Order: sequence, then C-alpha cells, then structure tokens
Amino acid sequence: MAEYQNIFTRIQVIGPAYPGVPLSRDSVERQGKVGHWHLLGRLGDAQVGPLYLGMTGLLSVICGFIAFEIIGLVMLDSVNWDIRQFVRQLFWLALEPPAPKYGLRFPPLNEGGWWIVAGFFLSLSVILWWIRTYRRARALGMGTHVPWAFAAALWLFFVCGFLRPLAMGSWSEAVPFGIFPHLDWTAALSIRYGNLFYNPFHALSIVFLYGATLLFAMHGATILALGRFGGEREIELAIDRGTAAERGGLFWRWTMGFNATFESIHRWAWWFAVLCPLTGGIGILLTGTVVDNWHQWAMQHAFAPSYPPEAFNALPDPALGGAR
Amino acid sequence: MSYALKAAGAAAALIGGFALLFTFERPPMDTVQLGYRGLGIEQVVNPRLERMTLAKNAIPAVVPQVGAVGPKASAVYKNVQVLGDLSVTQFARTMAALTGWVAPEQGCNYCHNPNNMASDEIYTKVVARRMLQMTARINAEWKSHVQETGVTCYTCHRGQPVPAYSWAHNDTPPRSAGLSVGTAGQNLASGSVGLTSLPYDPFTPYLSGNAQIRVQTPAPRVMPVKPGIKDAEWTYGLMMHMSTSLGVVCTYCHNSRAWYSWEESPPQRTNAWHGIRMVRDVNNNFITPLQPQWAANPYGPPTGPVQPRVGLHGDPLKVNCGTCHQGAYKPLLGVSMLQDYPELNAVTNIDAPPPIRQ
Repeated sequence: MAEYQNIFTRIQVIGPAYPGVPLSRDSVERQGKVGHWHLLGRLGDAQVGPLYLGMTGLLSVICGFIAFEIIGLVMLDSVNWDIRQFVRQLFWLALEPPAPKYGLRFPPLNEGGWWIVAGFFLSLSVILWWIRTYRRARALGMGTHVPWAFAAALWLFFVCGFLRPLAMGSWSEAVPFGIFPHLDWTAALSIRYGNLFYNPFHALSIVFLYGATLLFAMHGATILALGRFGGEREIELAIDRGTAAERGGLFWRWTMGFNATFESIHRWAWWFAVLCPLTGGIGILLTGTVVDNWHQWAMQHAFAPSYPPEAFNALPDPALGGAR
Repeated sequence: MSYALKAAGAAAALIGGFALLFTFERPPMDTVQLGYRGLGIEQVVNPRLERMTLAKNAIPAVVPQVGAVGPKASAVYKNVQVLGDLSVTQFARTMAALTGWVAPEQGCNYCHNPNNMASDEIYTKVVARRMLQMTARINAEWKSHVQETGVTCYTCHRGQPVPAYSWAHNDTPPRSAGLSVGTAGQNLASGSVGLTSLPYDPFTPYLSGNAQIRVQTPAPRVMPVKPGIKDAEWTYGLMMHMSTSLGVVCTYCHNSRAWYSWEESPPQRTNAWHGIRMVRDVNNNFITPLQPQWAANPYGPPTGPVQPRVGLHGDPLKVNCGTCHQGAYKPLLGVSMLQDYPELNAVTNIDAPPPIRQ
C-alpha cells in the first residue's frame, strides 16, 4: 500500500486482459487482439485493445485525417516540397486563413480556400467525436459530465475559428493552423485589440485555468498522501466518511482553513475546468465585436490603473502635425 | 529503474543541457530601469558581452584635420559635383576618410579610374556621390532622428564596401500558383523578424512604402478598411526587426500595456517615428534611384569583392534600422564621428524632393 505514496506510478498490475462490461445488444462488439504495453503501464493502464470506433468514431477519424492531410500538404508546399525544410521549419509552417479582402466569401483554394475546407473537416471531426463521447457515456450507463466538459472546450474552439470571424465579417480574423503561427496570432489578437490583459473575461478564464491546475494538484496530492488509509476509495468515503477522509479534511483545515468533501472536490474541479474555456470564449467573442481596445475600455471603467502624466517624458503624437 | 530508462534519461538530460547552454545566456543580467516604476520599462544587458559590444563599435582613428587652405576643389578638379565648395586640402582629407571607411582594402581605384580621376566610368563613383548627398540630407533634414550626432559613411559601412545589414523585396517561397500562395508572406523561420513566424518582409510595405503601421484604435486617421489581426502581424514583424536591430526590448519605445498611447510612451518612440520616415526618404530618394547602376553590376565592380548588390527581384539592397544601428541602441554607441568631419555637410546639391513627415 505504501507504494501509492510515491509521486510516480509504481504499480503495474499484470493479469488477464479486461474485456469490458457487457453492453446492450445494439452496441457493436469491440474488435481486435488484446495486449499489454509496459511503457503505457508506467503512465496508465497497460492494456491495449480491443478497439471500438463505431460509425461516429470512424467518420471523425476520417474527417480529422482529411484536415490533417490538407494542412500538412499546404505546409509542405510552402517549403517547395523539400522534406528537410519541412522537418526543420515544421513549427513555423502554417495553413493561413484567407486575406481580409475576401471577407466571408470563399476565396481561391490556394489563397485560403484550403483553410476553409480543412476547418470544415476539422469541425466535423470534433463534433462527431463529441457525439461519440456522449453516446458511449450513455451506452455505459454513465453520466454525461465528460461530454459536457468537452463541449466547453469546443465552445472556445468554435469561438476562435468560426463564431468570432463570422461576427467580424471576415475569415481573416480566424486562427491559422500551425504551431508558432497560432501563437503569433494570439499575440497579434491581443496587440490589435488593445491588450487582452484588460479583458475581464480573459482574466476570469486565467483564474479558472490556474485554479483548475492548482485544485487538480492539491486533490491528487491529498489522495496519494492518504493511500495508506484507503483514501483512493473516494466515492465510498464521500458517503461513509472514513479515517482517510477525516485525516485529509483535517489537514486541509489546518493548512488551508477550509476543506472540500470527497464529493465536492470533484465538482469544484469540474466547474473550474469547464469555466476556463466558457469565460475565455465569451472574452474572445467580445473582442473586436463589442470592444475594440481593451486598454481604453479598462481605463474608462477604472479597471486599469492610471499613472501621473509626469511618469512618462512623453512627446506628442508626431503624426498630429506640429512635429518637424 | 531499468538500465535502459536511466540511460535514456541521461541522454535526454545531456541533450537538454546542451540546448540550454547554446540557446540561453547565463545569468546574472544587468537591468536598468528607464521609466516609471511597476511598468517594466527597463533594459536588460548582459555585462559579459560589453567588451564585444565596445570592440564592435570602436571608432577608427580620425584623419588629421586640415584648414581650408588653397583654392576650391571645383576650381582645381573636373567633375566635382557635390563637394566643390571644399578647399582642395579638405577635399583630399574627405576622400582619404571615405576610402578608409568604405574601401580600405580596394583603395582609391574602387571608385576611380587611376588614369582619369574625374571620370564617372566606374559605377561606384556615381553611387558614392549619391551617398554623400544622402549623408548630407540625413544630417540636415533628419535631426529629429539623428540629433546632433549625425551620420558619416562609417555609420553604415564600417570598413566594408557593402554595409553588413540590408534588405531587398522578399516574397519567398516564389510559388505563384502553389497551394500555399496564401501564406501571406509569413510562416517561415526568418532572422529578419527575430526567428518568429511573422511576415518576413515587413520592409517593403513600411520602409519603402508608407503602409499604415498603427493597428490599434484610436488610429490617427480614418482608414478605408479597419485593420485586423493580419495587419497587426505585419506591424509586429516590423517591431521585431526594430527591437533586434537596436538590441533593445519593446519598452525602450513603448509602455507595453498600451502600445498605441503616445501619452504613456517614452520619448524614444518619437525619435523612432522620425527614423522610419528617414529610412523611407533614404530608400525612395537615394537608394532606389541608383537601381540601374547596381542592376548593371549585380555583384559589384569587376575588381571585386564579389558581393550581391541586388535582391531576388533585381531591386537594390536597401536600408533598414539595422543598417546603421547594427545591434546598438545608438549607432556606434552614440559617438558623433560627424563632429570630426564637418566637410560631409558641405555638399552643395542634395537633389531630392522635400522629406515627407507624416
């Protein structure tokens, strides 16, 4: 039992493969061989297979592959089909959305049209995968907490790539498909719209982002630390508070002043995680559509600090004349 | 842990350490606060690089000054078009200085036919004349940027016939019909914008054209089309170039919480604003008109050194912030060489339309 107290996974159970619970008759059987992969077992469950993709899963993978291929081939073209440059510059390459002049029209394929096609298939892919998560959760008789959390992430995804460009009237406002380019897009979005730092929904989103990671770490640490008292039996302890729950709760009270219950900690974590993209999506959707310059907005609403004019040896804007 | 895992861990640590060693500079750094507290308006310098910076920006020995003795150069020599008002002694001193700054290895014959010094047959002489006019123009009309420090040939040339930092119109990959024609001139690892994936030729629109740099509202004038995120990426590319060329961070010119705000900007931003207009003036009125000369000699004079003078599209190598600054916040760390060479301001005919300051 003391093995649980290590912060790395030490236990790897080797036994007969687990076939899964019996499902209703209209569910397709899981297919293929079953094996164990030691390295996977160091992170999680070592069992690989049997597989189940189903219709939505299969279509989702196909659509995702189409998008992936389009993005990759355009990237390869941008380095003149030079495989060495493709590998070397992979993090810099991208499939860009159309230029501003096209607005919401469908541009020529090589001037952003492929971006729309790739975006369409990627959207289809994630929606189909969402349907799969929902239907699989139902098939197992589970709650649908995971699909709804996934939907929260998809909300932010669709705000950035679809809803906000639609509201702005231009696909050019959307995110490019590329590693560094999408990060540069993020920086440029903030620069163009007057500093996202002053967007209160962005601030909320960061609170929930860091809050979720902090809660997750605190929760994981507490449960691992309670291993020798059976703390991993969390749900049982939620109803029948045992010595592990009491010790964990008392430890939180001593060190943090208040404690979650073994049930509520999971709700805290779920809401923190889900609110991160929900609030973030609202913040992005308001950017450029309702608020054009977040710094100005924050100054008007006394949300940003102001500084005495003598704090800067500022000179007047030379473009306003008078400058020579 | 298994032996293989330990070995893999050790190898990963070695590679990681190696990458760290050659990617980052080791601490400690010196930080100099330049603005109001709490705004991060500060510069970070590596004190261990100071010696290198000083060596790179060393000033060459001054050619001994001479009095205005003797007749005017225009009265003695033929075909002296811009320095004719100098006395022959000052004229000779200026020629000696020029040779040391621009073509110390090649000597007088880099520009002159030794049998007929007055002849314009070697194209570099025509270029040098125009560059003298440009230098005088900068020192007379662009004090808003160069102040009293001024510029000389050495500011850019540093003993080389072609200045180390320049640019030419760049739209690689040159695929007009490929899948990726819409990459909008960005998304390749490019040194011109600090190895970001930002548009790699921000010079053509901003330092030769006069495209709108300001993307945040309130913009100074009503634009036909509101700038968007892609416009911000172009401006960002130019700013990356300025930052790397001057060896400074964003807060040298901006209060980074509100890029647009002149009320909260350090005064260096105004200087830089004039600098951008100065570079446009230099590129459009002095460098680009010489294009035919370089087009006829795309790799320099036949005597060498063989170095390209034009870019992919045949346009000449042009000036950007790095051409003078070469990594220093002030070229040559703010030392005024011009003070020792007042002759450079005696150019009689600048021959260019009035500068544009808007």
